[in-house]
Amino acid sequence: MTPYASYNDFKEQLLASFRDNEERMNGERKAPLHQIRRAALRQFDQLGFPTIRHEEWKYSNVSGLMKQAFELDETTTLTPNDLAPLEIPNLDGNILYFVNGRYHPELSHIVSPAGQVQITSFASALKSEPDLISAHFAQYANYQENSFTALNTALANDGVVVRVPDNTTVDQPIILRFITDSRTKNIASQPRNLIVVGKNSELMLAESYRTLGEGASFVNVVTEIVLDRDARMQYYKVQDETEKAYHIGTTQVNQTDSSHFYSATVTLNGSFVRNNLNIRLDGQYAEAFMYGLYMPNGRQHVDNHTLVDHAMPNSYSNELYKGILDDNSTGVFNGKIFVRPDAQKTNAYQSCKNVVLSPGATMNTKPQLEIYADDVKCSHGTTTGQLNDEALFYMRSRGIPKDEARTLLLYAFSQDVLSQIKIQPIREYLERVVQEKLGK
Amino acid sequence: MLSISNLHASIGNKEILRGLNLEVNAGEIHAIMGPNGAGKSTLASVLAGREDYEVTDGSVQYNGKDLLDMAIEERAAEGIFLAFQYPVEIPGVSTTNFLKTALNEIRKHRGQEPLDAVQFLKLMKEKMKLVNIDQSLLSRSLNEGFSGGEKKRNEIFQMAMLEPKLAILDETDSGLDIDALRIVADGVNQLRSPDRATIVVTHYQRLLDYIVPDFVHVLYKGRIVKSGPKELALELEEKGYDWIKAEAV
Repeated sequence: MTPYASYNDFKEQLLASFRDNEERMNGERKAPLHQIRRAALRQFDQLGFPTIRHEEWKYSNVSGLMKQAFELDETTTLTPNDLAPLEIPNLDGNILYFVNGRYHPELSHIVSPAGQVQITSFASALKSEPDLISAHFAQYANYQENSFTALNTALANDGVVVRVPDNTTVDQPIILRFITDSRTKNIASQPRNLIVVGKNSELMLAESYRTLGEGASFVNVVTEIVLDRDARMQYYKVQDETEKAYHIGTTQVNQTDSSHFYSATVTLNGSFVRNNLNIRLDGQYAEAFMYGLYMPNGRQHVDNHTLVDHAMPNSYSNELYKGILDDNSTGVFNGKIFVRPDAQKTNAYQSCKNVVLSPGATMNTKPQLEIYADDVKCSHGTTTGQLNDEALFYMRSRGIPKDEARTLLLYAFSQDVLSQIKIQPIREYLERVVQEKLGK
Repeated sequence: MLSISNLHASIGNKEILRGLNLEVNAGEIHAIMGPNGAGKSTLASVLAGREDYEVTDGSVQYNGKDLLDMAIEERAAEGIFLAFQYPVEIPGVSTTNFLKTALNEIRKHRGQEPLDAVQFLKLMKEKMKLVNIDQSLLSRSLNEGFSGGEKKRNEIFQMAMLEPKLAILDETDSGLDIDALRIVADGVNQLRSPDRATIVVTHYQRLLDYIVPDFVHVLYKGRIVKSGPKELALELEEKGYDWIKAEAV
């Protein structure tokens, strides 16, 4: 495929795809859900793709995305043989495969009883659970300002819908595996997930992103998470994609009273990665923990934007992002904490620590605190430096060779984040890949 | 074992060691004393291979090999151990894990099989007694949040585990109270053997009450200006360094 001549080509292709879908609709065209999609499309049309003149995209230039043309709705089927190299050893639980954004039940297995958790593909939930969808879809993720969220809201046709009833612990984790098959074509997909956890219930869920093949890929994902009173959720996002993978994702979390949200976002590989993690603490005593680890090398670019919106009193957030940057890679961390006038007794902590291994690598950090209440505790700090020479000397003076000392130090640095991951096979898999990447 | 001849070393453009000579044989304990800024810690650092220092002249032979030619980790594998004046805090790496890696690297260098977890723990238990160090300390991140005394004891514990041929103690007494000093000294003394040598770098005579040296050397302006038996340390304690400085001029 020939590259787009301009931004507009890609945009036109996306807009046309929406109109094509629309023409194939019957009664659904008048449905409220479709009205939301139309509004989102209009918004995308108006906003267009962001440029670096946009404050939120200052350090992340998406123009590379337009250097190749993408297929928008290309479904392929994978065999277990294709999947074998992507497998995470010893992983048990509900494992769902999405190929180019489409759910593949024949590759997936759901083990949790339906009474514990309802796991449905987004495409079928649109038909089977219209009430759930209309109650939550696009109610949290803002498509007014973020053009990628608008694009996803307009075009998303698959993903997962998870619903946990009240007072239920889902004892098996849910693993969403998004595989882009770009072996023969450049593939774009727009997965959409909705996770609703009932009162006093508990869920572990992970999203994993991988790419097959040498073609370019573009994943534009939106996950909306709703935690009811006293709900607890562990949420992990793991990215290990190729040198031609573009990933833009938004995870939007809405928390009510005394709910707890623990997240870890781990980016191992990808050409261009932008993760938005937005949490609204819309209840008293709600708590959010956010951990992140990114390790770009080569010319990779990883951007983590987080937003914690403390809307009610007595809520707590704690954030630790860590980066190891090598070669000519670039990293961005933008952490916004918003404390609204009502949110007295807020505790909000944020820290971002980076090790830059090469003179060609760059890290941009920007903490932003906007505090409108007067009785709050907030702190933030960022550090960016090189590997500690004194520590290296100390280790070498005990007989540990330089490369191994370096790996040990960096691995220890990453452990603050990896040790937070409670799905053991995923943690072990990440520890191994991190060690392999550090050993290079 | 160690033969230092006409050693010159600089940091930046500043020459610190200016023609230092020293012979150390197996089984001996040498104390290096001297006023502040004489180059005591520089000598310890140069022997361990710290890269901030540049050796501009002279040679160091260690068991017949050119020490200055060896990488830092190679020196350690060949049996050189530096107990740091300021042990480094290493977050996220436990002492146990750190030492297991170090010990097995050294064993690999010597052509020995690595110790498995059981053998390693057994050895560790044995050596822990030597310096009266607590297990809980060893499972914590290396030196992180340790008190001054704990850090120094940990250094001696590491030394006991790695069983060096030539141990260099750089101001190990600094910051220690008398009880900790005794524990550290006991650890060093128990490691005394006819095939090991120790260089004790210290500003004060106090440590030498517990670790009795065979030779005392006075370092001043980057050279050893006076050597003598252990009594020299007492003389220095009594008279200070001024008479040495006067003699050296």
